[in-house]
Amino acid sequence: MSEYLILRHRAIPGLERLPVYLEHQGFAAFKKAVMELPPAQVIQMVKDSGLRGRGGAGFPTGLKWSFLPNDLWPHYVVANADESEPGTFKDREIMESNPFQFLEGLMIAAYAVQANVAYIYIRGEYWHIARWLDQKIAELEQAGLLGERLFGTDYSLRIYTHLGAGAYICGEETALLESLEGKLGQPRLRPPFPATAGLYNRPTVVNNVETLANVPLIVLNGPAWYHNYGTDKSPGTKVFSLSGCVNRPGNYELPFGVTFRELIFEHGGGVPEGRTLKAVMTAGASSVLIPMDESVLDTPMDYESLNKFGGSLGSASVIVLDDSVNMAWLTQKTVNFFKHESCGKCTPCREGTYWMNRLAERIVRGKAGLREVELLYQVARQMQGKCLCALGEFSTLAVVSSIDRFRADFEAVVTKEPIYG
Amino acid sequence: MGKMVTLTIDGQVISVPQGMLIVDAAKKAGIDIPVFCYHPKMEPVGMCRMCLVEVGRPVIDRTTGQPILEADGTPKIQFGPKLETACTTPVSEGMVVRTQTQVVAEARRGIIEFLLTSHPLDCPICDKGGECPLQNLTMAYGPGESRFQYEDKMHLAKHVPLGELIYLDRERCILCGRCVRFQSNVADDPVIAFSQRGRALQIVTFSEPGFDSYFSGNTTDICPVGALTTADFRFGARPWEMIPTASICPHCPVGCNLTLNVRREAAAGGREVIKRVMPRQNEWVNEIWICDKGRFGYHYTESPERLRQPLVRKNGRLEPATWEEALAFAAEGLRERSGVVALAGGRLSNEDFFNLYQVVTARQGRAVLYSTMAGGDYVQRYGLSGDANLAGLGKGDAVLVVATDLHEEAPLWWLRVKQAAERGATLIVANARPTKLERYAAHVIRYAYSEVLEKVQSLLAGESPEAQALAKATNLVIFFGQEGLSLEASEALATMLARLLVQNGQAERPLSGLVAVWPHANTQGGWEIGFRPDPDLAHTLATAGAVWVAAADPAGDDPILAQALEKAGFVIVQDLFLTETARRADVVFPVQAFTEREGTWTSGERRVQRFYPAVPELENTRPDFMIVAQVADHLGIPLVGRSASRVFDELARALPAFAGLSYTRLAEVVEQWPLVGRGDLYYGGTVYENTQGLGVRLARMSAGAELSEWPAVEIAPAPADDALYLVPVVRLYDQGQTLVPSHLLQQRMARAALYLAPATAAQLGVQTGERVEVSAGEWAETLTVYVDANVPVKAGLVPRSTGVPLRQPLWVRAQRAVLEPQP
Repeated sequence: MSEYLILRHRAIPGLERLPVYLEHQGFAAFKKAVMELPPAQVIQMVKDSGLRGRGGAGFPTGLKWSFLPNDLWPHYVVANADESEPGTFKDREIMESNPFQFLEGLMIAAYAVQANVAYIYIRGEYWHIARWLDQKIAELEQAGLLGERLFGTDYSLRIYTHLGAGAYICGEETALLESLEGKLGQPRLRPPFPATAGLYNRPTVVNNVETLANVPLIVLNGPAWYHNYGTDKSPGTKVFSLSGCVNRPGNYELPFGVTFRELIFEHGGGVPEGRTLKAVMTAGASSVLIPMDESVLDTPMDYESLNKFGGSLGSASVIVLDDSVNMAWLTQKTVNFFKHESCGKCTPCREGTYWMNRLAERIVRGKAGLREVELLYQVARQMQGKCLCALGEFSTLAVVSSIDRFRADFEAVVTKEPIYG
Repeated sequence: MGKMVTLTIDGQVISVPQGMLIVDAAKKAGIDIPVFCYHPKMEPVGMCRMCLVEVGRPVIDRTTGQPILEADGTPKIQFGPKLETACTTPVSEGMVVRTQTQVVAEARRGIIEFLLTSHPLDCPICDKGGECPLQNLTMAYGPGESRFQYEDKMHLAKHVPLGELIYLDRERCILCGRCVRFQSNVADDPVIAFSQRGRALQIVTFSEPGFDSYFSGNTTDICPVGALTTADFRFGARPWEMIPTASICPHCPVGCNLTLNVRREAAAGGREVIKRVMPRQNEWVNEIWICDKGRFGYHYTESPERLRQPLVRKNGRLEPATWEEALAFAAEGLRERSGVVALAGGRLSNEDFFNLYQVVTARQGRAVLYSTMAGGDYVQRYGLSGDANLAGLGKGDAVLVVATDLHEEAPLWWLRVKQAAERGATLIVANARPTKLERYAAHVIRYAYSEVLEKVQSLLAGESPEAQALAKATNLVIFFGQEGLSLEASEALATMLARLLVQNGQAERPLSGLVAVWPHANTQGGWEIGFRPDPDLAHTLATAGAVWVAAADPAGDDPILAQALEKAGFVIVQDLFLTETARRADVVFPVQAFTEREGTWTSGERRVQRFYPAVPELENTRPDFMIVAQVADHLGIPLVGRSASRVFDELARALPAFAGLSYTRLAEVVEQWPLVGRGDLYYGGTVYENTQGLGVRLARMSAGAELSEWPAVEIAPAPADDALYLVPVVRLYDQGQTLVPSHLLQQRMARAALYLAPATAAQLGVQTGERVEVSAGEWAETLTVYVDANVPVKAGLVPRSTGVPLRQPLWVRAQRAVLEPQP
C-alpha cells in the first residue's frame, strides 16, 4: 500500500495523540466546515465524493444525510461501532489507532445535518475502546474543538459513547437505535427509515466508523480528489479485514477494485503450507461462499462486481478458506453463529436458524444422511425472502451456496444410510 | 372522510380510505389474510410473517408521471421480488394484491411449519383448543406433517405464573408480542416484556405483584395460541362446550359489554355454571376490552353465602318462611304504616327501580337513592347525546376529569380518555392527589380537598390556561366523581360543571357533556327513574314508618345508619346476602343475581343496555322487580311483575327519556369495525362479536329553566389546627360483598388502612405499619398507617369498602395509638 487514507496511523506514528493529529491537519476540515461551509454544502461535497457506506450495504453517504427532513428536530448522528460481523476488525484498529480522524468525521457529519448530539454505539467487548474514546472526547472538549458554541459560531456538539451488551443484531441500524434507547435490541420495521424516524423517533443518520473516517479527507481535499482512489462507482479505499487460511491475516487498506489475487496473494501472502485456495467469504458470516479458481481470482473487489457470484462485498471481512476446510463444517459454524445471534423477533429467522443449526450439527457429526442435507437446503430456501431484517436472509447464504457449490463436502461427512424415516 | 384509494385484491376491486393496511382492506372485502402478530387495535410490527402476500404496483412513467399501460390498455403492474407483509403495507392507488397464489400458499405453509417446530401440539389439553388461531390456520394452511425432528423440539416451562392471575405456557408461545404490545401501547402498564433473544426469547414479567395491570386478562383474549391463560379459567372447560350469553358488567358505571360462558358442571352437581367472562364488542362503550374486575369479579353470584329463602322476623328472630308468607308479611307491615322510604342502591336494574318507585309513590313514600354523590339530574340534561362516542374525541377537543381516579373507579373510561388524549384531545385532570391519568394530561389542577369548588369555579372565570383550553374546545366531556366531596359539595360541583358547558357553548353539542363516575353500574338509572340521595339519611331512616331496602347495606356501611335503621318502624330488605342491614330487617327477600335474570342498566354515559339470563336462577330466588310487584299486589297496587321486558315497556311509556325504547330496540346491532369474533378468531382475538345489542343512549332531557346558582356549600373548615380530613377513596379491588368471593383477587385487594403524607405522619410521630386512632365524636377507628408521598398533607386516605365505616369525608382528630403491653 502506497498511501493510507484511513489507516494513516500506520504512516504517522503517534497519530492517536491529539497534538500529532493536529500537526497533520487534524480538525482543519471540521473547523472549515463549521466556520465556512453551510451544512448543505458539506452534504453536497460528500455526495459528490461518491462515498458509500462501509458497514456493508454501500449506500451513498451524502444521499443518506440529505434525507433528513428540516422540519423535524432535533437531528441525531450515531456512529455504528458495533463491529460484530465475524472476521471484521477494521473499526477496532481505526478507533484504537486513528481515533481523531473517526471523531472528526463524526463531528462533520453532525454539523452537516445540524445535530447537536452524536452517539457512538460500541460493541460491549470494546469497552476499553469506549473508555479510550471517552478520553479523546474529553481532550477535544478541553481543546475547544467540541462543546458549546464552537469557534465562536452558534454550533454546539456533544458526543457520547454507549456500550452494547453483546448482540450481533445491534449492528443492524434500527436494532442499534432500539438498544441505544434502552430497549431490547430488535430491528424495527422499515419504512420509516432512521433518516425520518430514528433515535427517539427523530431524524437520525447512522454511519459506520470507517465511513465517517473518510469524511475529513473529503472535506479537506474536495470530492474530486477522492475519485483518485478506487473505481468509478466505488471511489476511495476500503479496509479489508483478511482472515482465515492465509499467511498474513490483518487489515489491508486498498482501493476499491483490488482483485482477490492481489489481496490474498500479494498482501496476505497466500494460503499456508502450500495448500490450495478453495473459497472466499467476502462479508464475514453473511456471505455466500465464492469458489476460487484462476478465473475468479482476478475479479475486482467492489460493491458491483461480486453480484455475479450472488455475493456482496459487505463490510469486506474476507475469510479465506483452503482445501483443509470442509464446507459442511464451515456451514455448521456459520449457522450456529446466526442461531446464537438471531434476535427472535420474526418467525423464519428465530425458528429457521435453530432448525438449520440442529440439522447442520447432525450432518457434521455424521449423524445424518443426504436426506438431511436436502432438508437443510429446503429450510434455508423456506426462510429466504420472508425475514424481517437482513440477518435472517444472510443466515441462509452460506447454507445454500455451500450445498449448491460444495456438495461433495457434505457427501463426505454424511452417513450413507438414512437415519430415520 | 379522507381520500379513498382503489385497489384490487384477488380480482376484487375495492375502495378503502388512504392509509389503510392491506390486511384490513382485505378484511373489509371479505378476504381473510391470516395473521398472528397483527391486531387491528394495535400498531403493526410485521413479526410473525404469516400475512405475506404478493403485492404489485402500477409502473409509473417517470417523465409523464402517468401509469405505463399494457397492450390491452390496463396499467402495467410490477410485482416485487419478495412477498410483502399485508399487515404493515398500506394500500396505494392501483395496487394489485394476490393472496391465493401458489407462492403465497407456500409461504404460509412455511411459516406454519416454522411456528410448529417447537410447539408442543398439546391441543387436546389446551384451553385455546377449539378457538385457537394457530390451530385453525394450521388446519387451513399448514403442511399437515412436520419435517422437524422430534428430539430437536425445545422443551420449556409450561406453567409459568406471570403473577397469580395469568399463566404463561412457554412452549405454546409463538412470540408474536401481542401481549407485550397491548400492555405497553394500549394499557400503558408495560409490566411484561421480551427477554433473551433468538429461540430463547421469552415473555417475562418484572412487576410486583407479577403482571400488575388491571387489564391483564385482555392479553389472554388476544393471545393467538394457548400461551396465556387466566388462573380463573385454565383447564376449566373446552370452548365448544360452553354456551355464550350476552351480559353487562355489574361493577362500575361504564357498562362494559360481556359474554358469559356457561357449561354444566359435574362438580356443581350438574348445574350450569359460569366458566368465564369474556368481553363483547361495543365500540361505543368498551371496544373489545374489559378490566380484570369485570373478568374475575363474577364469583359472588355463585357464593354459598347467597340467600336461598325468604326470612321473616318471628319473636325477634329471622326465621325461614315461604314466599307467600313473606310477601304477605311485608305487605302487612307496609299497610299498617305511613311514611315508607325506599332505599335503593345502584346495582338494581332500571325495571327494579321503576317498580319500587311506583309502589312507594303510590304509598306517598320517598324514593331515596343510596348514594353520597349527586349530579345525576345534571347528567340527564347535560350528558352526552345521540351517537356520541368517546372515540370521536381528538384534536381540538378537551376532556376534564374532576375529583375521580378513573383508573381505579372506571378502568375502561380511563383507557378511553387516555386514548382521546393520545389522539390529541386536551386532557385536564383535577384532583387533590396525583392519579395515573395525569401522565396524559396537558394540564393538572391540584387542590387541597377543601378548595375543590373554588378551583372549579375559577375555571368558569376564563383566565387560567386551563380555563382557556376548556373554553376553546370544540367538544368538552367532563367526568366527575366524589372524591373528597360531601353530597352537598358534589351537588355544587355538578352545577358548576354544567354551567361550564353552557357558558362555553358546548352544552348543545352531542359529543360534549357530563359523565358521572358513580360507584355502581346503574346509579344513573336510579336518577332517571326518580330516586334521589338524601343528605340526612340517618334522620330519614330513623323517622320512617317503614324502610324498604334494595341492593344497599347501610347498616354494614355505617354504624350510625345501623342505629337509625333500628329506630325505623318496619324494614324490608331485598338482597343477595344476609347483610348487616338484612339482619336488622323484619322481612328479607332473596334476590337473583344479574347472571340469573334479565334487565337493563343505564351507564354513566346514559346508555341503556340489556343483560340476559345466563344460568338458571338459584332456587327460591326472584328478581327484584318481581318481588316488588308481588308485594304491591298484596297492597292492591297493580304493577307489572311477570317479565322484565314488560316492566321496561311500562317504564318507556312513563319516562320521556325512555320514550320509544323497547327490549327489541336495545337488542339492535350495527356492523362494527374492526370485525371480530367471526370464523377467524385470529384477527381480533376471542372477544365476542356483538349480536345481542349495542344498547341505546337516552335522549337528553331539555335543559329547562336557567341553571340555578349552585348551592353555597362550604366544605367544613378544619375544626382544629391538627384535624385530619379523612377521605374515602376508591380502589378497584376492594373488599365489597360483590368482590370478596373472587378469591383469585384476594392478594390484590385493598385493606383497611390510613394513607398519610410523610409530613402528616411525621407530625403524628408515626411510620408505615404503626397505628393511628382517628375519631370524630362517637365515631372512632384505629387504622394501620401507610406513608405515601402522593397523599395531600392534612388528609388521610382510607380505601372504600374495606371495613372502615366511612361513607363520606370526615374531619377527625388523629393520634398515635399506643399499644397496651402484652401481658
